[in-house]
Amino acid sequence: MNLALRDVRHNLGRFLLTCLGLSLLLGVVLSMIGIYRGLVDEALTLARAPGADLWVVESGTRGPFAESSRIPGDERDSVARLAGVAEAGSLTFQSVETAHRGRTLRLYVVGHELNRPGAPARIVAGRPITRAHYEMVADRRSGLDLGERLRLGRNDFTVVGLTDGLVASGGDPVVFLTLADSQRLQFDLDPPAARRERARGSGPAGTDIVNAVVARVLPGVPVQEVADTAARWKHLSALTQGQQEALLLQSVVEKARRQIGLFTTILLAVSAVVIALILYTLTMDKVKEIATLKLIGAPDRTIVGLIVHQALAMGVIGWSVGTVLILLVKDHFPRRVVLTPEDALMLGAAVLIICVAASGLGVRLALKVDPATALGG
Amino acid sequence: MPVPSDAHPLVELRGVAKTYGRGEVAVHALKATDLRVYPGEVVGLLGPSGSGKTTLLNLVGCIVEPTEGSLSLDGQTVYDGGWRCADLRRLRLEKIGFIFQFHNLLPFLTAGENVAVVLDLAGYSGAAARDRARDLLDYLEVGHRFGTLPSRLSGGEAQRVAIARALANRPRIILADEPTAALDSQRAGIVLDLLRKVAVEQQAAILVVSHDEKIFDRFDRRIVLRDGRVVEYDEPAHGPAEA
Ligand SMILES: Nc1ncnc2c1ncn2[C@@H]1O[C@H](COP(=O)(O)OP(=O)(O)O)[C@@H](O)[C@H]1O
Ligand SMILES: [Mg+2]
Repeated sequence: MNLALRDVRHNLGRFLLTCLGLSLLLGVVLSMIGIYRGLVDEALTLARAPGADLWVVESGTRGPFAESSRIPGDERDSVARLAGVAEAGSLTFQSVETAHRGRTLRLYVVGHELNRPGAPARIVAGRPITRAHYEMVADRRSGLDLGERLRLGRNDFTVVGLTDGLVASGGDPVVFLTLADSQRLQFDLDPPAARRERARGSGPAGTDIVNAVVARVLPGVPVQEVADTAARWKHLSALTQGQQEALLLQSVVEKARRQIGLFTTILLAVSAVVIALILYTLTMDKVKEIATLKLIGAPDRTIVGLIVHQALAMGVIGWSVGTVLILLVKDHFPRRVVLTPEDALMLGAAVLIICVAASGLGVRLALKVDPATALGG
Repeated sequence: MPVPSDAHPLVELRGVAKTYGRGEVAVHALKATDLRVYPGEVVGLLGPSGSGKTTLLNLVGCIVEPTEGSLSLDGQTVYDGGWRCADLRRLRLEKIGFIFQFHNLLPFLTAGENVAVVLDLAGYSGAAARDRARDLLDYLEVGHRFGTLPSRLSGGEAQRVAIARALANRPRIILADEPTAALDSQRAGIVLDLLRKVAVEQQAAILVVSHDEKIFDRFDRRIVLRDGRVVEYDEPAHGPAEA
């Protein structure tokens, strides 16, 4: 006879309410983990969008995402001529703010060369940019629609294509322009003094400045060797795609990871305390019944089971409902929430351990109950 | 009823005493007491409040540890300067049935489950436990309340379910603390008759604590306590002379 089950049945309302509270708490934990996964995912989508093997950036920098990098645009030809390189393309990256439908819209602008690496790999609606000027591919997160016109700097751009899920590490949606348009935009948005200087040609290399050159290598060529060759030019550094991604995770995501990790730990600790308190009070309410059980000869195993089984049931129900809850709402978060089965299972295992540990307080109390309290008044 | 002269006592206390606390605050709840209860007897343990009745019952039930003396149950020495039994709960499960002042049914179990739980603990299969629980409740005329939660039972019904639980594992020793305190005199009489029936039919020793005058004349024997001392002791009808 499972006493825990019958006790739950007897106090069903209270039990379910407790489970609901716990499931909300665990739902928050799971969404925190999902937000972190989403952050990682989003941080990498931008670096993965060009489908590059190699990133060539300004010497001594870890650009273009972790640090700013500025190199002359004509380096693209030098990179393209390296042995083993199939094709190369220049890229620019910049954040801009513009007014759109009466609201301020923050965008992350990527400039790329037509018919060279750097254009978004996957367009979900419309077409890639084909004209040299005033066309734009925007991510859906920007809220822009196909055919819509948007003013950036001094020019109007028409949205000809849409991507899905491309955002910068700060969460700003990405838009793509041609390299020439994006350089013009950079120039327009510079402070007037810098603009005058650049127009005079006294900047690093006039107005043809890009932030990185991406390259694809020929099949079978080791990327690291090409990177080493490129890095021999003393004004350039080169990173493989793998290094670029690792760098991004380290610099952009690491803090968020620690922040969210700490927060998740605190939430789990709170869950543990809540479960422990609930089990303790549930046990307090049952002292007389526990004394009676001891008196009629129930072994400790039965009494511990009464508490631990309820704890486990609470954990399992709380976790399941919490997971379902997050699955239902995750797409309504402003930033991506990625729920992996592994994370959910890990949390489930953690919750089970916490439940057993948290029932310790109640179990201790129950084992100390004197059977004599069942007698008399 | 008369006790056969060759019978062995089911409960035997030799010089058992209980003192709660020490020194200044020590309470001599029970002073050195000898007591025997034989199969088939219903013995009344009487006395004013605070005289040590519950303490004596708890000692027999192995719920509190004696300070002095020795205790045997069903021929087995259970206490003699220390516990002589490794698993007291198992001992209680197998040998002793308790009936409490306030029935103490588990509120989350139905009447039937409250009885069956004892059998479940004793290792009966689910079906066997249920069948015996039903038989017992029928025997005590509360079979129709089998699936009812204790909160829906009347006082008399609850007490009868509690008695059924005490009887479930066929204990030889039944200890009842004020079993009729919450009942009117008619129902109290019925409970006592029932206990007598069990004592005879199961050859059990039944010790009933009471200060309920309504039932004083329904015991086979009476033992009266005052200030932790036996002040009146009816000898068993045919038992060997008490030492
Ligand atoms: N756990 C205990 N600790 C200290 N004193 C106790 C305890 N239980 C009972 N007593 C004392 O022992 C005496 C006898 O109590 P009890 O056996 O309950 O008497 P009765 O059941 O006859 O009313 C009383 O003075 C009571 O206060
Ligand atoms: Mg008492």
